[in-house]
Amino acid sequence: MQKITREQLIDKASKLLSNGTVSCVLGWKLGDFDYDVTPAVFNTVEELNEGFVFNDFCGANFSKYLVAKTGKVDGKILVFLKPCDTYSFNQLLTEHRFDREKVYAVGIPCEGMADIAKVKAICGEGVLAIGTDGEKMTVATLYSDEPALIDAKDVLAERCENCKSKKHVAYDELLGEEGDVIESNRFDEVAKLEAMSADERFAFWQNELSRCIRCNACRDACPACTCEKCVFDNPTSGVENKSPANSFEEKLFHIIRAYHVAGRCTDCGECSRVCPQNIPLHLLNRKFIKDMNEFYGEYQAGAEVGMRAPLVDYTTEDLEPGEVFDRRDTDA
Amino acid sequence: MRKCKAEKLNDIFALIAQDMTLYLPVDTEGGAAFTKWNENVKYSESLNTVRSPKDFFFPQTENLMAFKTEGKNIEIIDTRSETEDFAVFGVRACDTKSFDVLDRVFLSDPVDSYYANRREHGVIISVACTRPSETCFCTAFDIDATSPQGDISVWKTETDVYFEANTEKGAALMEKLSALTEDCDNTAVESAKESTKAILSRLPLKDLKLSAFGGGKTMELFENEAWDELSQSCLGCGTCTFVCPTCQCYDIKDFNTGNSVVRFRCWDSCMYSDFTKMAHGNNRLTQKERFRQRFMHKLVYYPENNDGLFSCVGCGRCLAKCPISMNIVKVIKKIGGKTNE
Repeated sequence: MQKITREQLIDKASKLLSNGTVSCVLGWKLGDFDYDVTPAVFNTVEELNEGFVFNDFCGANFSKYLVAKTGKVDGKILVFLKPCDTYSFNQLLTEHRFDREKVYAVGIPCEGMADIAKVKAICGEGVLAIGTDGEKMTVATLYSDEPALIDAKDVLAERCENCKSKKHVAYDELLGEEGDVIESNRFDEVAKLEAMSADERFAFWQNELSRCIRCNACRDACPACTCEKCVFDNPTSGVENKSPANSFEEKLFHIIRAYHVAGRCTDCGECSRVCPQNIPLHLLNRKFIKDMNEFYGEYQAGAEVGMRAPLVDYTTEDLEPGEVFDRRDTDA
Repeated sequence: MRKCKAEKLNDIFALIAQDMTLYLPVDTEGGAAFTKWNENVKYSESLNTVRSPKDFFFPQTENLMAFKTEGKNIEIIDTRSETEDFAVFGVRACDTKSFDVLDRVFLSDPVDSYYANRREHGVIISVACTRPSETCFCTAFDIDATSPQGDISVWKTETDVYFEANTEKGAALMEKLSALTEDCDNTAVESAKESTKAILSRLPLKDLKLSAFGGGKTMELFENEAWDELSQSCLGCGTCTFVCPTCQCYDIKDFNTGNSVVRFRCWDSCMYSDFTKMAHGNNRLTQKERFRQRFMHKLVYYPENNDGLFSCVGCGRCLAKCPISMNIVKVIKKIGGKTNE
């Protein structure tokens, strides 16, 4: 599916390492299977040749890693950024979360990343090897003699099906051509939720959030959640609980988190990607984004460095609180 | 050995559910999950549930006791309710083995009465695997996926379901099911085992070796330089811990209800920054130390204290669920070094 190859990226990284532009590379490392790719720091050309990988399963957003990694590196760190990652990159810069001078960002085109769960839903368990050939994917499993041939678009991750932009909004260097912001249907699911009655919507979220195991993966992967000490990890905060004590609390955690990142969430979709229980957490964030677009005009967090989000800005055109109140469900 | 026709399985479930609550894997939006049986739920053939069956004996949260003050008196209230009898159907071989690991922690002196109470009331009905996945590595821990333990072992073929009781509790339940089952020999089961074993021999992780690990390896492995690389991208979330069938760490906390205190315990994760935080602070300050703790516990400390038994059963949940795809197999291969080349 990807048009850019592993070899092109290794070539680029090797040159930048060799000419001293960067001192290390943040990239994806191959695992035991074609899909279990791990973010890793590569220090030498040999390490790159040995373990660097770029394929349809390199979904992890590296922007947040820069917060921790830039502090530990002498010289610059090379980071490969997909278009959606660059929005998080800018948002983190807006919040002064890492030193831009310590980063060399290479924008790479993205054709959308695959979701292994969707591959398995079609091809079954026991996936041994996954290959790509243009728009097709070959999947070899323990249970079929011949590899299955599937359409790559059928296994796109949800966030990639609803890709909002092929445009890189930040980079030092771009591989491939500049893309565009694209029309997406990403608010369709939110509109469906809005069309529900309050009771139906409550039941929807009750069902989804009741599966939460409070592993905090959504928070820990989220590029907008960069507090050094989260209030939920602070034993003296009074709200630190490692498990949902009741159904109210499990909803509370996610709703508070959605409020906390409102206006800063770029809709990168990492929260839903990492959730072990397949909770569509991105829908909470998209609801906030949709509301802000409707209340304050179109706003895309991370589109530029230094933008003031609607919720922290004041204009005389701002919505009156009473108007929000009037929008409430009449059947509630 | 007893058997019944495959289409009679729902009748078996109904009969079990007459006397006790029955749980079995059911497909949900979040993947397979153990769910209370009723006539409308459908048994999931999926290989494994997202959450392990440890939840039945060691739930994520449970109230231990409550305190109520009136004047200068403190009343201590035992909030335990009598645990009802229950059966869990569809536990895989790896997960049944996880109960051995948990039992050694919770049933050794001093016995954890909350856990023991549930163990006494629960009947484990295991089901042999027929379609292992690429993430399975139970063979590394000498677990036979075709002969699962538990109170009753079950084998499913396309036409029939076979039952073998392994314990008194299992035999008592089989007695109740006698009207729906008939005696049989083990020919079909043996042949089913053989075909699954053929698949097990083709699993990509079948050659995983643990010879570098076990009791007595602490000094050798603790300062291994690979911990830096392995832990460098760890997010510090608790996914691996919470989907793990053998992770058993918990925290005990007091919840102020306003007019009383409820003491509860909940799962904890050694990956969390405030894990085992004490008055002097935290004894593991970096994610590397926390990461190392998790794997040293499973592969070195636990076996050291438990006759060489590893506290991993190779279920593969962490392989499937880690947000950054770092897991115990990668640790075993990297730290185990030459033994896995």
